[in-house]
Amino acid sequence: MEIVIWTVIPLCALGIVLAIILFFVAKKFKVEEDPRIDEVEACLPGANCGGCGFPGCRGLSEAVVKSGNLDGKYCPAGGNAAMSKVAAVMGLVAEEKEPMVAVVRCCGSHDKRPQTSTYDGAKTCAIAHATSSGDTGCQYGCLGYGDCVAGCHFGAITINKETGLPEIDYDKCGGCGGCAKMCPRGVIEVRPRGKNDRRVYVGCINKDKGAEAMKACKAACIGCGKCAKVCPFEAITVENNVAYIDFTKCKSCRKCVAECPTGAINAVNFPPKPATPPAPKPEAQPVPAPAAQAEATVVENNVNNN
Amino acid sequence: MLRTFPKGGVHPQENKISKGNPIERIELPKQVMIPIAQHIGAPAEPVVAKGDTVKVGQLIAKSTGFVSANIHSSVSGTVAKIEKTIDTSGYKNTCIFINVEGDEWLETIDRTPDLKTEITMSAEEIRAKIAECGIVGTGGATFPAHVKLSIPQGKKCEHLIINGVECEPYLTADHRLMLEHTEEIMVGCKIIQKATGAEKIIIGIENNKPDAIAKMTEAAKKYGITVMPLKVKYPQGGEKQLIKATVNREIPAPPALPIDVGCVVQNVGSTFAIYEAVQKNKPLFERVVTVTGKSVKSPKNILARVGTPLSHLIAAVGGLPEDTGKVVNGGPMMGKAVKSLEVPVTKGTSGVLMFKQSESVRMEENACIRCGKCVSACCMGLEPYLLKNLAKIRDFDALKEERVLDCIECGSCSFTCPAGIPITDYIRYGKATVTKILRSKK
Amino acid sequence: MADNRLAIAMSPHVHSNESVKKIMYSVVIALLPAFCVSVYFFGLNAIRVTLISIVACMAVEWLIQKFLLKGKTTIFDGSAIVTGMLLAFNVPANLDWWIIVIGAIVAIGIAKMTFGGLGNNPFNPAIVGRVFLLISFPSQMTTWPTPEPIWDIKALDAVTGPTPLGLLNEGQMVDYNYMDMFIGNMGGSLGEMSAIALLLGGIFLLIRKVITWHIPVAVLGTMAAFSAILWGVDPTKYADPLFHILAGGALLGAIYMATDMVTSPMTGKGMLVYGVGIGIITILIRTWGSYPEGMSFAILIMNALVPLINNWCKPKRFGEVVKPPKEEVKK
Repeated sequence: MEIVIWTVIPLCALGIVLAIILFFVAKKFKVEEDPRIDEVEACLPGANCGGCGFPGCRGLSEAVVKSGNLDGKYCPAGGNAAMSKVAAVMGLVAEEKEPMVAVVRCCGSHDKRPQTSTYDGAKTCAIAHATSSGDTGCQYGCLGYGDCVAGCHFGAITINKETGLPEIDYDKCGGCGGCAKMCPRGVIEVRPRGKNDRRVYVGCINKDKGAEAMKACKAACIGCGKCAKVCPFEAITVENNVAYIDFTKCKSCRKCVAECPTGAINAVNFPPKPATPPAPKPEAQPVPAPAAQAEATVVENNVNNN
Repeated sequence: MLRTFPKGGVHPQENKISKGNPIERIELPKQVMIPIAQHIGAPAEPVVAKGDTVKVGQLIAKSTGFVSANIHSSVSGTVAKIEKTIDTSGYKNTCIFINVEGDEWLETIDRTPDLKTEITMSAEEIRAKIAECGIVGTGGATFPAHVKLSIPQGKKCEHLIINGVECEPYLTADHRLMLEHTEEIMVGCKIIQKATGAEKIIIGIENNKPDAIAKMTEAAKKYGITVMPLKVKYPQGGEKQLIKATVNREIPAPPALPIDVGCVVQNVGSTFAIYEAVQKNKPLFERVVTVTGKSVKSPKNILARVGTPLSHLIAAVGGLPEDTGKVVNGGPMMGKAVKSLEVPVTKGTSGVLMFKQSESVRMEENACIRCGKCVSACCMGLEPYLLKNLAKIRDFDALKEERVLDCIECGSCSFTCPAGIPITDYIRYGKATVTKILRSKK
Repeated sequence: MADNRLAIAMSPHVHSNESVKKIMYSVVIALLPAFCVSVYFFGLNAIRVTLISIVACMAVEWLIQKFLLKGKTTIFDGSAIVTGMLLAFNVPANLDWWIIVIGAIVAIGIAKMTFGGLGNNPFNPAIVGRVFLLISFPSQMTTWPTPEPIWDIKALDAVTGPTPLGLLNEGQMVDYNYMDMFIGNMGGSLGEMSAIALLLGGIFLLIRKVITWHIPVAVLGTMAAFSAILWGVDPTKYADPLFHILAGGALLGAIYMATDMVTSPMTGKGMLVYGVGIGIITILIRTWGSYPEGMSFAILIMNALVPLINNWCKPKRFGEVVKPPKEEVKK
């Protein structure tokens, strides 16, 4: 019994003495930091994705607090919700920015883009891109090995095994651009989410001439220019045999979607059109009931799959 | 006691199936596709247009800058089109398509077979003629020869080392060249010596070519050239390893070049091409290509015209074997697997290899067992397993610290890895990204 | 033109045909002479212990890979078999079966699989298993059966006796017959008996290029040198170098266990440093430590230092030091 007492007491005393020493040392060597930095950091998602352009969420917090303003500082992953909280901490007003998302500009799924060789190398897009133009006839399209998935800090992108293309979960995507940075071919682009979560974009970046592009992939953009001609807002340019929709000018009227002969233009989250295409609808879409909107999360193409 | 480089290296099976086949010409294809970028440096600019008629040896694309090369037509006929088509890289690049009509050569080319030993041009004129004839390294690296032979101010060329090593398995083009054009190569060496002011000439030949060593040694006596037989080890043909093996000097890390240790290295094929350019006024538009494989009916060493589609060469050796799984442009250790057989022969095409299905599939990748064989195999003293790990986690700063840019991409590490890890793939990715980052910082 | 789908990949397009399986099974073959000697001296017990150990190791790995990790099972790549054999060779031949199974669970389950399976473990699994058993079951792990030739029926009885190192630890300098120690006629664990059998296996591994000379030479050389110094100082108190090399797990450890690829350094330089460390620590423990055999602990300690050794002992980069050129151009 005695030995227990003689063990316990000195050890406890030692513990207390060391604790006191540590307490005073911690106080003396404490780094004084503006407490607001921690508060701002708490408003941010904490994924350290780098989409803001600063080194991690702490980097953005420090930049905001040190500069005292929100100029040029925006967290795409947290979006306007996070920025308004940050503004509240700082006593400022956050500018509402258009929410952005990532889109995959390739529709060359396995059924549309036949395989012409077998790729046997390391299964990452970076290396496959450097080895060869990929295992299909299109040297611009998605390789499907998922480097983009590795670049996402929010679990918003996965590779669909059947199509071989990435699929983005738009509930989780904040448009930070992590996936776009990883893609060696620039297939993924960060564009505005669009009013009512609807957007129109060209799902192809194939710069080959029309006939060659079609040979490689049935869903390719052939650079015919019909979309550009029909667009009432001059939002579409055709350069290097591929069309591009300028998101600052596009008003989502979908005239181009109807014109495209290969179905390369994607219109996302619009309600499905009736069988016979009606006369061009008025520009402003009525806000549909939430149920209908949740239903129509399908990407709509003009041409039915043959 | 045969010399070789001391550190690293592997011994792939030689498979020199075609070493007994003399160089032969085959019938011309119907159309050639001549790429405008067949060399290190800026691509050449076409000087012909659709519809022009050209003769063999005529200039069709001009060099654009110092590190660039002229390109000459390898056939006579009409220019069909100039457009992008798929080449060995798998990507589409610009080629000049010429429909072949007859085989009319430029009159200025001396087609007589007799040996011209007298060198009448000055060093300056030699370099100009080499540049005019578009000579590039035919060993595979395709570096413009006139640039290599222009010794910078303040540097001196002590040794001219001629690479007759041909360390890659299967390839026998240089071997046959040394047997059949021995004297021309010797004169070529003297021409390069004049152009560079080299003090000594050494020709390195690996010991698996005893007939070539004997013939070359005999001929070299007349010219005061040393022929040095070397122990067989891959990658002895790499210039760093060759210089170490022959004269025991080590080139420091890039951007150091052989001339920084007083050496200039040139392949025997390039040397022969230089002889033809300077003595016969013949530009570089054809070269010996080894077309072979274990299942190939009749492997050959073909004197192929630049721009010939690989399919034409394959047809000449009995067609693509039934069980072919992979076709490689170059040697098995550093060559490129091609997606399509319609890619053209270029100045750097040393071989066309057809692998059986069973040989075409990579070994299944397993976990690294840290055996260290890759470290033993690395001839540059790097740690391939570490470079692979850093490339996988994308730590490019550490990659640079670990001297990833020193890697010559010889493939010895992947070759020897028992776990089947494609180490060279990852190192290449690391190298390319580090180079890109460094370039963007400048 | 044939419509084959050609395979594309980066070079190299040929492979040396080395494989992990070949390496592991070469080690198994190299251990067979020692196994035969142990069967000769310990009879059925040797077979029992070895079999239980191998099967237990493979079973543990299979169970973990299939049910815990839900991935592919790699029990036939040979590494579990090698661990099983080495664990068996490190224990007495009369060990109970359930202790062997616990050893296998620790060796494979804790020392190998928790770190991520083959290639990721910092410590030699067989040694971790053995040390765990030594500390947990000290008396069972140190009662050594005396070796009797297999055709001697009374060998099946459990007759135990001391080992040379055991005696040395107690301070007894026994005059051992070196030939006995060389062939294996001495007390000890299953595998450490016969020097000649172990050396034969070692030469096989050297020829097959599974191991290099660096580690065995460094370990044994250092042990010999260090013990020679001590013996030179006082031959009555310290054993001579030859004794140290032949006794206990020195040869087994130096040739088969320290050379384990996963847990040893990657460069020749590093391997020499590693071997020297093991040699010094082994003699230290044997001479002044409380355990008779120091090889296992020495290897584990040096395993912990291997990442540091890898960092310090990097290969010389090509072109790193520009020496004045030595020209030897033949005429």
